Amino acid sequence: MSLELFSQYIFAGITYGIIYAIVAIGFNIIYNTTGIINFAQGEFVMLGGMSAITLNYYLPLPLAIIGAVLFTMLIGALIEIVFIRWLKNPSVLRLIIITIGLSIIIREIALHVWGDTVRALPYFTGNVVSSVTILGAPISPQVLWVLAVCSCIVILLSLFFKFTPLGKEMQACASNRLAATLCGINAKNMVTFSFMLSAAIGAVAGCVVSPITSSEYDMGTGLAIKGFTVAVLGGLGNSLAAVAAGLLLGIIEAFSIAIGFPLAFQDAISISILLVILFVRPHGLFGNKEAASLKEF
Amino acid sequence: MGAKKITGIALLVVFVVAVQIATQLTGTSYYLTQLTMTMYSCLLIIGLCLVMGYAGQVSLGHAGFFAIGGYTSASLTTTNLLPALEGGSSWVSMLNSMGLLTAGSSMFGEPLLTVHPWLACLLAITITALIAFLVGIPVLKLKGHYLAMATLGFGIIIFRIVLAMEFFGEADGISDVPGFTLLPGLTVNGDIDNRVVNYYIAAAVLVTGFVLLLNLIDSRVGRALRAIHGAEDAADSMGINTARYKLYTFVISAVFAAVAGVLLTHYTGGISPSDAGVMKSVRYVAIVAIGGMASLWGALTMGGILNFLSLRGFFGSYDDAVFGTILIIIMLFAPEGVLRLTLWSKFKRQKKEKGS
Repeated sequence: MSLELFSQYIFAGITYGIIYAIVAIGFNIIYNTTGIINFAQGEFVMLGGMSAITLNYYLPLPLAIIGAVLFTMLIGALIEIVFIRWLKNPSVLRLIIITIGLSIIIREIALHVWGDTVRALPYFTGNVVSSVTILGAPISPQVLWVLAVCSCIVILLSLFFKFTPLGKEMQACASNRLAATLCGINAKNMVTFSFMLSAAIGAVAGCVVSPITSSEYDMGTGLAIKGFTVAVLGGLGNSLAAVAAGLLLGIIEAFSIAIGFPLAFQDAISISILLVILFVRPHGLFGNKEAASLKEF
Repeated sequence: MGAKKITGIALLVVFVVAVQIATQLTGTSYYLTQLTMTMYSCLLIIGLCLVMGYAGQVSLGHAGFFAIGGYTSASLTTTNLLPALEGGSSWVSMLNSMGLLTAGSSMFGEPLLTVHPWLACLLAITITALIAFLVGIPVLKLKGHYLAMATLGFGIIIFRIVLAMEFFGEADGISDVPGFTLLPGLTVNGDIDNRVVNYYIAAAVLVTGFVLLLNLIDSRVGRALRAIHGAEDAADSMGINTARYKLYTFVISAVFAAVAGVLLTHYTGGISPSDAGVMKSVRYVAIVAIGGMASLWGALTMGGILNFLSLRGFFGSYDDAVFGTILIIIMLFAPEGVLRLTLWSKFKRQKKEKGS
């Protein structure tokens, strides 16, 4: 394999991988504060991309993206307030079914609003044919946008959780909800906020990736599965590990095509990886077995 | 069998016959086609109810088992083995001499030699049971979200495989599946003349399956399952082999799904990848949830009503949205199922207190 081809596969893998990682971080934020796996996480990515495309008809691109992120945050907050906030000690099965139902409804609404046409945002800089040469391979500038924006999200999030009072309060809720409540933290609001935060980063990911992969109403399920694979691969709840796991999965996928594996089986590969990890190391590649056994799955 | 159970089943049989007579009298026997398809779906749903309601395990991959059954039978009964026989394949000639192959002709009058539907059906069930067994061993060790995702993943893999392989007809699926002659005179196929017979075949299969499950949950196994559902650790410490019981129920319900898949495929004459889709699995879970999880009667009733309405196109293009909405409303307000609304039981209790 020539260097050019090799670096192209690497970049393709990294691009997809970092998107998976962002979806996985969305899972982790909600999982940490509530113990819920939000099966509608992929729908946030779809909503972000689709609403940005619609807003872009009337607004310049940056404003359209900001509007789309705010809109998706609103949806995230509404979901939590209307469907989850007031449940008393819901069982895991009940929450799973509720979020699955929500993802179906969001998808069906999107189908009736936007139809089943495939759309895309315009390239942020340049156009389809413009390219930058890195390591001898022509790379679309949009790939660099994806990498830059997603890296920013990861760095800002870790700064947010480390240094801001709000981030600290969310972490307190994650580690011990009762103790946090006793310290005067409104745990319910933290849960709402975690839904808004993960909706927001999902929407940003949906916007930056839209020019490359296009957006359509049913893109959410596939992304949610990949994102969950990555979250489990890294160890549920651990966001930095999710980035490493995401890049790993993206590169494995890219090279599975490179060695001639049929494209149709690409999803099957990542799901098989998920199954194997679940069976062999359910606490993830980087997770701690003892810590995981304390959590209720 | 308790008297209550016998009465219930007798009423069910009377209802099935009454529906058929009613359609005959009102000249609406075209309803029987959808009713037959509904009953096969119900067979899968009561099987899933055993896993979800009684063993307490969620499965988002049951459309996968349905598809394994249906696709195995469909591909075996449509693949022409005549070239292989003429090519001197010892396998094919052995099967042929054992009378396990049937001759037929294609739409264009070419001679066909295919696997006999009975053999195909048995193979389909065996393969499904084997896959369920092998998948079940590791999967059922998982709980909650992990179990849901793992079964969902299994369903997607099956969907991808049937969508990507030429042997399974890729996106078109398999069509022109021949009828399945159970006994001389009893053929599962979509002929209009055969509609009433097929209605009763489906009813017989469904009622048999239902009675089997009712007896199973009233047996030692059923009590063990309920103990597992209530408190798995406690059940374990009482000497119940929880892992084995969970695996058995998983395999049994997969077999129910496979039988439904085989018979429905022969009835409609074809199967397509959408039958293996994730939405189908979600829909089955939804119906079991609406029926009240641990209620075979509830699953049967709701499965019958919702599947029939959906097949009649009652929900139009909002079909999936309707199922999603019902799912959420039930889980929010009546997690015990519609037939056991907490409001009702409260009302009853108040009445009793007043009366005493």
